[in-house]
Amino acid sequence: MAPDSAATRAPAPSANGHVLEVENLQTCFFTRAGLVKAVDGVSFCLSRGETLAIVGESGCGKSVTSLSLMRLVADPPGRIVGGSVRLGETDLLRLDEEAMRAVRGNRIAMIFQEPMTSLNPVMTIGRQISESLILHQRLSRAAALERAIAMLSLVGIPEPAQRVKEYPHQLSGGMRQRAMIAMALACNPEVLIADEPTSALDVTIQAQILEVIAKLRRELGTAVILITHDLGVVAETADRVIVMYAGRKVEEAATLDLFVRPMHPYTRGLINSIPRLALMRGERQAAAVSLQEIPGMVPALSNLPVGCAFAPRCALASDTCRAQYPPYEEKQPGQWAACWHSDQIERSAHD
Amino acid sequence: MAALDHAAELNKAGANITGAGSAALHLIRRYPLGAVGALIILIFVGLALFAGVITSFDPLTTNSRAALARPGGAHLLGADFMGRDMFARIVYGARISLMVSIGATVLGCLGGVLIGLLSGFYGGWFDLIAQRLIDILQALPLLVMALVMAAALGPSLPNTIIAISIALIPNIARVIRSNTLSLRELPFVEAARAVGMSEIRIAITQVLPNTLAPLIVLATAQLGSAILVESSLAFLGLGVPEPHPSWGRMLSESAADYVRTAPWLVIFPGLAISAVVFGTNLLGDAIRDILDPRQGS
Repeated sequence: MAPDSAATRAPAPSANGHVLEVENLQTCFFTRAGLVKAVDGVSFCLSRGETLAIVGESGCGKSVTSLSLMRLVADPPGRIVGGSVRLGETDLLRLDEEAMRAVRGNRIAMIFQEPMTSLNPVMTIGRQISESLILHQRLSRAAALERAIAMLSLVGIPEPAQRVKEYPHQLSGGMRQRAMIAMALACNPEVLIADEPTSALDVTIQAQILEVIAKLRRELGTAVILITHDLGVVAETADRVIVMYAGRKVEEAATLDLFVRPMHPYTRGLINSIPRLALMRGERQAAAVSLQEIPGMVPALSNLPVGCAFAPRCALASDTCRAQYPPYEEKQPGQWAACWHSDQIERSAHD
Repeated sequence: MAALDHAAELNKAGANITGAGSAALHLIRRYPLGAVGALIILIFVGLALFAGVITSFDPLTTNSRAALARPGGAHLLGADFMGRDMFARIVYGARISLMVSIGATVLGCLGGVLIGLLSGFYGGWFDLIAQRLIDILQALPLLVMALVMAAALGPSLPNTIIAISIALIPNIARVIRSNTLSLRELPFVEAARAVGMSEIRIAITQVLPNTLAPLIVLATAQLGSAILVESSLAFLGLGVPEPHPSWGRMLSESAADYVRTAPWLVIFPGLAISAVVFGTNLLGDAIRDILDPRQGS
C-alpha cells in the first residue's frame, strides 16, 4: 500500500526528468593540517525510482557527499564551497537553514549505518516515526501513529501495532534498520540516501534490508542513493554506479557495464578484491589468485599528489599519470572515467 | 547438584511479571534496602500529609504545666520547655522539612537541567561563562553557599527553598552537561537532524529524556542533603522562622540548655532527620541500581 500523500505530493521533476541534479559539488574541511577537499567537483543526476550507488574505500568522500546533499556537514570545520544541488526546482544550497529543515526528512531523507545507535533509546519506535510526520505534515499525534503503524507494516515488521509501542532495545538489528527505513520514508521523500545501510548487519539480514529498500523504491517511486563500499551490494541493487576516489568521481557507468568492463584501474581493483566463492565450484587455483588487494592506502586528502590521485597505487601508472590529472571523459557510450590508460585495463576476470 | 528449577529461576529474574503490582513486588524482593528507604519516606510523607489526623495536639500551643514533660503519658514523645507537644512538632515539622527539601530539589533540578542542557548542547560562549560561574559556586561547600544565600534573602519558607535550590544547581548542571556532551555526539541526534528537527527540538525531545535517569539518581541523593542543609540553616537561625516547627531549630533551641536534663528534646528531632536522610540514601542507591542499563531490567 502506498501512503495516501503519494498522489498529492508527486515529486516535480525538472525539465529533463531528474528528481535530483548535483553539479560540481565541492565540500572542504578547513583543518589545522590544511585545506581538505573532501568532495571535489562531483556531479550526478538521479531519476525517479532509480538507484544510484556511490562506492569507494573509507575516506574517499562518499559519506561527505551524502551529508552535503542533506546540508549536514558540521561547520566548522566543513563547508560546502561550491556547486548546486537541485531537488526538483529547488537549489538546496541556496535555502536558508529553516527552509532546509523543511526539506530534510520531508523531500530528502537519510538512513544511517548504525541502526543500534541511530534510534533514540528512550523513545518508542512509533513516537520516533511520528516525529517527522507531525513536524512536516502537521498530522495529529494519533494520525501520525496510525501512519507509523502503516509504515512499519510496509517495511515488513510483523505485528506493527504492537511494535510501535516498543523501544529500540526490544528490536533486533534488522528490525531496527527496518524501523529506520520506515522513519526515513514516512513523509514519502523524493530521494532516500542510504549511507552504508547494511554494513552493520549480518549477511542474511543484509539481503532482507536490501530487498525492503528495493521494494519500497518500486512501490513509492523513491530515488535511492546507496552509499557503500560493498560491491556485492551494488551488483544486487544499483542501476548506476559512481566510483569515488580521493573526493573525486573517477568512474560512472551502468552497473553491468562497470562490472564487465571497468574503465578505471581503481574500479578494477575494487572488483578484484571481492571475495568469490570459486572454491565451491572446485576452482581451487582460481580462488587462490582471485582475491587481490589494492596496494597502499587512500592518500591524505590534505596532501594529494600532483597528477592522478590513484597513481601511487596503480600498476599502470606512467609519467603522464604522475604529472597531470586525467580528463573525465566518455570512454564507452554511457560510461565515463578519468584515466589515461583505460584501454590497458584487463577485462573482467570472469570472461 | 539438584536439577535446576527453571520456573523458579525465571521468577527470580522477573519473568512472568504482569501488571504494576507484581512488578513492584519483584522490585521489593530484589532491592529490599531500597524498599526500606521508600517505606521510611512514605511514612514521613504520610505524617506530613495527615498531621492533623495523626495528632490532636497543636504544635504551636504552649502549656506551662506540661513544660519538659517526660515521654509517655499524655505527651507521647514528651513536651519541650514551652510545653509544646514534641510528637506534634515532629509531625508538623515533617511538613516543613519535606516541603523545603522536595521544593528545593525540584527547583534546583529545573535550574540545573536548563543550564546543563544549554551548556552541553550549544557550547560556545554560554558554556564558557556558565561553567566558570559554576566553578566559583562549587568552590563553596553546599552548606556555606546555602548559608550565604539564606542570609542574603532573609529567613522565610520560600527564601529557604530558593537558597537551598541555588546551592544545589552547580552539581546538577555539571552532571547534565557532561551527559549532554556525550549524548549530542550519538548518531540518533544526527538522525534527528536528518529528519528536519530544529536544534531546540532536538535538545528537548531527544537529548533531555536521555538525561533523566542520572537526574533521578542525583535528585534522590540531593533530597537528603537538602534536609540536612535545611536543618543546619534552622539551627543557625537562618531557616524557616518561628513559630513554624522545624527539626533543625528544635535541635538548636534545646541542644545547649536541655541536652542533659531533657535529652528527648534533642534525640527525637535528631532521629527524625537521620531517618529521612537514611531513607533517601537507601532509595537513591536502589534507584541508581535499577536505572543502570548494565543491570538489565
